[in-house]
Order: sequence, then structure tokens, then C-alpha cells
Amino acid sequence: MESGEKTEILVEDLSIGYGSNVLMEHLNFEVKSGEIFCIMGGSGCGKSTLLKHIIGLYLPLRGDILIEGESIVTADESRKRAIMRRFGVTYQGGALFGSMTVAENVALPLQEYTDLSRDEIAKRVEEKLKLVDLSGFGDYMPSELSGGMRKRAGLARAMALDPRLLFFDEPSAGLDPITSADLDRLILRMRERFGSTIVVVTHELDSVFTIADRVIMMDKKARTIVASGDPVELRDHCPNRLVRAFLTRDGLKREMRDVDVREVE
Amino acid sequence: MAEPASAGTWMQSFLAALAGPVIFIGRVASIVPLMRQRKQLRLRETAYYLDLCGAKSLPIVLAICFLMGLVMAVNGEIQLSKVGQEIFVVDLVGFAVLKEFGPLMVALIATGRAGSAFAAEIGTMKVDEEISALATMGIRPEAYLVLPKLLAMLLALPVLTVFGDAAGILGGMVIGVTSMDIPIAAYWSRTVESLDYMTFLLGAAKSFAFAVVITLAGCYYGFVTRADAQGVGRAATSAVVASIFLVVIVDVIITILYSFIGY
Repeated sequence: MESGEKTEILVEDLSIGYGSNVLMEHLNFEVKSGEIFCIMGGSGCGKSTLLKHIIGLYLPLRGDILIEGESIVTADESRKRAIMRRFGVTYQGGALFGSMTVAENVALPLQEYTDLSRDEIAKRVEEKLKLVDLSGFGDYMPSELSGGMRKRAGLARAMALDPRLLFFDEPSAGLDPITSADLDRLILRMRERFGSTIVVVTHELDSVFTIADRVIMMDKKARTIVASGDPVELRDHCPNRLVRAFLTRDGLKREMRDVDVREVE
Repeated sequence: MAEPASAGTWMQSFLAALAGPVIFIGRVASIVPLMRQRKQLRLRETAYYLDLCGAKSLPIVLAICFLMGLVMAVNGEIQLSKVGQEIFVVDLVGFAVLKEFGPLMVALIATGRAGSAFAAEIGTMKVDEEISALATMGIRPEAYLVLPKLLAMLLALPVLTVFGDAAGILGGMVIGVTSMDIPIAAYWSRTVESLDYMTFLLGAAKSFAFAVVITLAGCYYGFVTRADAQGVGRAATSAVVASIFLVVIVDVIITILYSFIGY
């Protein structure tokens, strides 16, 4: 499915950080409708922090974030919650509520925001669990699931209200390559079936080349975005040597070796 | 001039430390009206906390209050026997238990059981990003997590206080009957004579204030838990220490207020 021309998320001159500690500044990018957009960068550069700013959990130091044309930064509490209801977010560990079964977790947004009957909710929950290949696991507690299953259950919950925007925070973290590839296929399936706009925070190259339409690359030292565009284009033609190296496993190893040698010299 | 600067810095840190709890209390206060909506009451969660804070705390409340009444009677007997007024042990135990020690001991037990549990539970949810998940579902975490606990504590603590009061008086009665040879019926009628309903009601009324303080302190420290290895443990400890301190402060304030109306 091709991404549309409508801008779903617009980030304008954003600076993020904690207190006086600036993590990233002058961030500018947009995410188009139906696009799978990856936020990349080394560990600790602020990828997940940026995601938490986009979904309205943190306030930026400066700049603005527009969701479907509406600022989530300046919105009041009730407006912000209304914007947030358009999101589906899956967190690194799944963030399922440990005191509820998987089915109860998925049912929670439906109970909160719809007037569906108990039977209708149960039916909808089963549909969502089937979508993420977890049929029959509704009565399990989150602690009884594997890491990959927890993330898929988290995705089922995120999909409960059929959101237009889906966010994934490190979906591959802690997963083996096969489970990780399954999750990538699931992300692509979500886009194909529902036309969702998807933002993924990751540094897994396999995932990036499998799912991403466009990426931005953040750099800890530069404290900003150092490259953006099609991942294959960036890997092959980006003028920034470190970006090319990051997007090539062998290149990165060579780069690291050279850095080590330079440091020794 | 170093001193004004350090005083300024101290005041700045003090105000900064105060800002978090004040904002939290404001956020909780803003969701209290939601309690009128049945959906927001979350009866299942409220029942769970009622069981945790109430039913499961009852044995320890009964045991401690009984022993406290017993100790108070023993000490009262020793002192009052010096002036030949042992019978006033009944008044002493009844008044002290109903007005002061019953509600206070129940609050301290609830602090250890519920306050620390609230902080640990919310802290763990924060570390596991469950609170972020709630927020991004458009659900106010305070409404979802604090209201059921607050409601359960407001229901459980006064009831536990009544049981604690009864156990304390029973403890005093055991000493009165066994050590001071006061017949049970005489001990009971003296207790009823010496106390009035207001003493009981004013004592029990304190438990509502204690319930609010313990719940807010426990939940607050849960919400500010740091996502590191010691974070949850530290939150639980801080919740207990702060709750005990605040319960005693609130007790002092209420006692002073009661003194204005002659109680």
C-alpha cells in the first residue's frame, strides 16, 4: 500500500530533554498518511523519548507536534486525551496490565470508550486476538506469555479501537530473529488491512529494511537528525559516512574498528 | 554573603519538593467528582482493595489493639493503685483507645500494609510502562489507579477502627477482670458510663482523614518511582515513612481542633 499525501504527524523545530539537559534539538519531520516511518539511532540517543513526546506523554522544551493538524503540545488535558484516543501504542515490554487476563487487557479500551454490550466486546476482543495470532490465549495472564506474545497482545490492545495511528517502541527488543520477523510481518499486515499510519522506534536493521518507507536517523553527538529518507537510498547514497555505516552491518563494524584504531593512535 | 544565598537555595529546594505532592493532590482532587459516575468507581478493583486493606488487615488490627489495651491497663493499674483509684483504669483505657490510640494504631497498621502496597504496585506499573499505556489510551491514571484505592480505604479504615476500639477495650477488660478483680459486668457498665458517643464518633472520624493521607502518600510515591533497580523498594519505604509522619501530624491538628469544641 502506498503512503498518502496527507500529513498525519508534523514535528516542528522540536527540542527534547529533561530539565536543562537537552537530548535533541531542531527536530523537523513529517509522517504521511499510511506510511511506515522508522525513528533510528544509537542506544541512548533519545528515540523512545522522542516517541513519548510525539504521543503526548512528555512536554518538549520547545517546538510543536501536530497530530492531524492539531497541536498535542498546547492542547488542554481533555483535548490531549481526545487526541491520544486516536493512537494505538505498543511498548517495549508490552505494558499489559498484570492483574488482568489478556482478554481483559484488550477489552479495557472498549469498555472505556464504547457502549458495546459484554458479548459484543468479547467478540471484538476475539477478533483482535486472532489478528495478532493469539486466538485461544484470552484467558492467559500476561506473566504466562512469552516476550513476543506479550508484544502481540499489546498490539491487539492498541488496535482495540481501530486507531489510525500506531506507534511501536522497540518492537524487536529482546526477541529472537524469527519472532522479530513475525512481528515485522504483523506490522505490514496492519498497514495493508487498515491503512494505518505507523511510527516505529527501532535500531534493528532487518526490521528497518523490511518495513520502513522512510526513516530518520538521530545522532547523540550531533543532538539532531543527521539523515532522513528511504532506508535503501540512505544506505547506498547518503553523504554521511556514519549513516551509511550504521545502515550496513559490515560497514558499521569497519567503522568501529577504524574508530578504535584512531583512538589508540 | 553566603547565608542569604543558602537560605534562598534551601527555600527553592523546599518549594520544588513541595510542588510534586501539591500538583498530585490537585490532580486527584480534580478527579474526585468522577466518583459519581458508576463506571469510574471500578467496583471490582474497589472490592479487591477493600479485601486487601480491610478484611486481610483485620486479624493484625485485632491483635495489636487488644495488646495495646492490655498494656495500657497494666500501666494504668500500676500508677493509679498508688492513689487507690484503680477503677479509673476503665476510664483511661476506654477514653484513650476510642479517642486516640484505636484510630492511630489502625492507621499505622494500614500504612504498613496498604500504603506500601499502593506505592509498590503503582511503582511497578510505572517501571513496566503500564501507566504510560493507560495515559495513551486516554485514561487518566489517577482516576484509574487512585480512586478505587481511596474509596476502599475510606470504607475500610473506619470499620477497622471500630473493631480496633472494641479489641482495645477488651484488652483492658482482661486486665481489669484478671488482675484487678473487677467483674465483667461492672467493667462494661463503667466503660459505658464514662464514655459518650461523641468520643467514639470523633475518634472514628479521624480515620477518614488518615485514609486520605495514607492513600495519597502511597499513590504519590508510586507515581514518582524512578525506573531503576531500587526504585520500587525506595518508593514503598518513602511511602511508609511519609505516611507515618503525616498521620501523626494530621492527628495533632485534629486533636487541637477537637480541643476547641471541648473534646
